[in-house]
Amino acid sequence: MNTLLIIAGKELREATRNRWAVATTLLMAALALTLSFLGSVPTGTVGVGPVEVTIVSLSSLTIFLLPLIALLLSFDAVVGEIDRGTMTLLLSYPVARWQLLLGKFLGHAAVIALATVVGYGAAGVALAMGGTAIGPESWRAFAAMIGSSVMLGAAFTALGYLASTIVRDRGTAAGIAVAVWLCFVLLYDMALLGILASGSGLGVEALNWLLLANPADAYRLFNLTGFKGVSAFAGTAGLAAHVQLSVPLLLAVMAGWIATPLALAAALFSRKQI
Amino acid sequence: MTDFTAEVQGVTKRYGETEAVRGVDLTLAPGECVAMVGHNGAGKSSLIKLMLGLTTPTEGRIRVLGGDPASAACSPIRRQIGFLPENVAFHPNMTGRETLDFYARLKGASRCDNDALFEKVGLEPAAIKRRVSTYSKGMRQRLALAQALLGGPKLLFLDEPTTGLDPALRQSFYAIVAELRDQGTTILLCSHALTELEGQADRVVVMNRGRKVADGSLATLRSLARLPVRIRLTLPTDDIDALAARVGEGAALTRLAGGVVELACANDDKVGLVRRIACESPAANIAIEDIEIVQPSLDEMYAHFLRREAAE
Repeated sequence: MNTLLIIAGKELREATRNRWAVATTLLMAALALTLSFLGSVPTGTVGVGPVEVTIVSLSSLTIFLLPLIALLLSFDAVVGEIDRGTMTLLLSYPVARWQLLLGKFLGHAAVIALATVVGYGAAGVALAMGGTAIGPESWRAFAAMIGSSVMLGAAFTALGYLASTIVRDRGTAAGIAVAVWLCFVLLYDMALLGILASGSGLGVEALNWLLLANPADAYRLFNLTGFKGVSAFAGTAGLAAHVQLSVPLLLAVMAGWIATPLALAAALFSRKQI
Repeated sequence: MTDFTAEVQGVTKRYGETEAVRGVDLTLAPGECVAMVGHNGAGKSSLIKLMLGLTTPTEGRIRVLGGDPASAACSPIRRQIGFLPENVAFHPNMTGRETLDFYARLKGASRCDNDALFEKVGLEPAAIKRRVSTYSKGMRQRLALAQALLGGPKLLFLDEPTTGLDPALRQSFYAIVAELRDQGTTILLCSHALTELEGQADRVVVMNRGRKVADGSLATLRSLARLPVRIRLTLPTDDIDALAARVGEGAALTRLAGGVVELACANDDKVGLVRRIACESPAANIAIEDIEIVQPSLDEMYAHFLRREAAE
């Protein structure tokens, strides 16, 4: 446990030195604040709270942005250290390989979590100071959005680690990271939509499973259908009624998308010849 | 069980088609400084990686400090091993102190000793506060040595430790190595710079294309190699015929620059030859200004063993 924390702490410190953490946090805060200000403008009389508007727009943006940041941060994690020669020395220390991998992952995930919580939290503070009364239900949804965003980031960090462990050079790892982003974030939904539009008679059951097979979709469903106030505004209330995926299931799926790539990466890494 | 710090038995390591290490046997005893010499790609670094447990042997058995270095329970073993890798790299955005603190914590070594370590390897307090990315090659190498010495290791692997160091630094480097050896640390040192290993190593292991070609003390290797000893004479005159007659069949005579004549002879004939030249028959004494005996250097012996290996 201690070893994990030592490695995670070093990773976190390095990320702050790199200004990676600062840049990411600022980007998240800027986007979140912009969206929350935009969101609070037209709603006064419509009857939808500014928090709900912000959640819908912010979570839609998070799906594109956060996986990209997570992958950019993580694709270099293993292959880069091997390339630079720091890995040989690290592995000669009394550290198990899975500890090294998990420790580094915790550090990177902490960077993402920090950036998300601070960045989106700033938007939350801005909303709270906006003067409109906001109910506890809305705040719960907002907190759930931040929490699930951290999970989404962690899932794509884990995928980045897997890419970084599989290959032998950094260029390939970067290529895989971009491909992962394109597939999960852009192409997957398009393909799904295409299948549905072609009237292939895809059942609800099958659709549910296909949505779970993508962490980004699980995140989207969680945020847009998980809370009544939000789904009403997002226009997904109808969908929410049909999709029989409960909130715990969606969370479990996202946790699975963190644990599985990571376990796979750890298994591959421990067999890797340095 | 055994008194050896490390034992390598019949170890072969294959990376796909290529054999990096082939059937190597090697033992390292406590308080021994062993130098491993060989070309790039001779298998030195591969052998060290095997002994560190970074890779596992395709064939054969390795025991380090009484255990298998690649096993899951190797942490207690690794705590007692120091390693200075070839082309050492550190995380560039950490300062020297942070780097050493990080490695000390990983190794479970007390961080109180870090200041003493910095002083030992000669890193200035001002340098410790700077980021590693600003370090020169020599400073990075000192930091690398400092991390290798963390926790007072029983076994020290030094892979090309003196590349990029200036002569003064090399001296202080070898002084540290000698001190550790006297304290009972086993040291395995890889190097290309063979001449600087003379006087440092108790034993020399010659590697070539993954195979161990020779293993023994410098004196043993010298007698094994049977390389000629050279006697250099500085003569006041150009007259070398008298000298040639005196030397006879036993030695080859070459004329070098600056009135120096070099005689090459077998090690056993050396004393007799010097006596013939300098002491016998004073009537026909040959004027000699200076005499110098040159033993075959490690470089020459290394070349000899490689030639022999190639011939086989």
